[in-house]
Formats: sequence, C-alpha cells, structure tokens
Amino acid sequence: MESKSSDENCNNPNSELHPSKLMMASHFLRALFRIQHTTTDSSFAGRSRKIRRAAYASMAYSVGTKRSWSSALLRKLRSRSRLRSPNPRRAKYAALPGKPRVARPQQREMDQAQVLRELVPGGTSMDDCRLLEETTDFVRCLSTQVRLMQAVVDSVSI
Amino acid sequence: MPIEMSSRRSRITDEEINELISKLQSLLPESRRRSTSRASASKLLKETCSYIRSLHREVDDLSDRLSDLMSTMDSNSPQAEIIRSILRS
Repeated sequence: MESKSSDENCNNPNSELHPSKLMMASHFLRALFRIQHTTTDSSFAGRSRKIRRAAYASMAYSVGTKRSWSSALLRKLRSRSRLRSPNPRRAKYAALPGKPRVARPQQREMDQAQVLRELVPGGTSMDDCRLLEETTDFVRCLSTQVRLMQAVVDSVSI
Repeated sequence: MPIEMSSRRSRITDEEINELISKLQSLLPESRRRSTSRASASKLLKETCSYIRSLHREVDDLSDRLSDLMSTMDSNSPQAEIIRSILRS
C-alpha cells in the first residue's frame, strides 16, 4: 500500500540526516542570520515575531506542496507578507497557526475532529481520513521544528 | 464509531483507519499516550489537539529565547563564520 509516502516527508525516525530535516535546519539558520543582520525593527518583540515566522516558513518550505497542510501554510505565509506593509491591521485575518484569534469556551461540546481541523493548516477542507494523515505529518514536522529550535538555543547558550 | 465518517468510507477500510490512528498515537509523547491507551479515537483527537497547541506554545517560547540570545550573540565569531560557510556551500 501507499502508506509509505507519509514517511518520506518529515521525520523518518531511523534517519537522523533525513533530507527534509537538513533543509529545514538550513532554511531556519539562514533566516536567523538574516534576522540578526536586519536593522529595521530590532526590538525584542519584533525579532521574536520574525523568528517565529521563520520557524513556520522553514517547516512549510521543506515540505513544499507535497502536503495539503504545507501548501495551506505557504499560502498563509505569503498572504501575510503581502498584507503586512500596506495595512498591518489586516494581517489579523491570516493569522499564523499558533495565535488564537477567538476565545473558545465551548470546546468540549464540539466535535473533536472539527477542533483538529482548525488546528491543522488546510484542515477545514479535508475529510476525516485525510485529516488523520495530514495531522500525522504536520505533528511530525512541528515537533521536529521545535527540537531544531531547542538545539539552536542549546548550542548558543553557554 | 467515535469518528463521524463521511460517505467516502466505502473506499477506506477499517484497518486503514486503525493504522492511521495508531500512527498518530505513536507520535504523542509518552506522558500523553498513557492516558489514551484504551480510549476512543475521540479521546486521541483531543490529546492530539492539546499536543499541537503545546507545540505552538513551545515555538513561541523558543522564538522569544532565540530573540533574547540574538541580542547578545556576536555574529562575527568564528562559530558564526563556520556555519555561514556551510550554508553557502
């Protein structure tokens, strides 16, 4: 069966040097250097926002259009950068995954699959089966990205 | 069935669904996996949602820490130059 295809994308546990992991690391590190050398908005919060964006960008670029979640995330990132300069307020409508836009007190009553759909980029247009596949890949990548960031922090801290 | 299946279910077998579910479960960290070991798929989805949210929070937190470290990092250090030359090649 074709279930192997989900392993080639992000984190095959047996391969430490999986190509997309290296790509993710390379993209992220490059972005960090660029951020460090930028003179515009060198505030703590501004840098932090850029780093956060670079994290999601490196995830999305390393997987590319192979997955629905990564395509959706790429679209979100691109629309966000287009909106940013002309009217910063509108960037709210293309929020990056982590930032909650609305408080959700009723969550326990909601269908959990629906909740998951809103957490996985592009999830709202998927059927349940696709959602499970995409979620698996998305979670792998996101946890890899977190480990990557932790590794950078560890190597820079004394 | 805990998960509400769409009409496409006829193309996907129960076995495949179970495989996907156990794959997803294997991605959850140990501490979360224990509480869902004999639970329904719905509980697994809940744990997954919770795990994804915590990963996003970690990204936020690590971004802050990197931002902080950057303000003190010397970008002309030998280590930085080594990394830069690796990235260039």
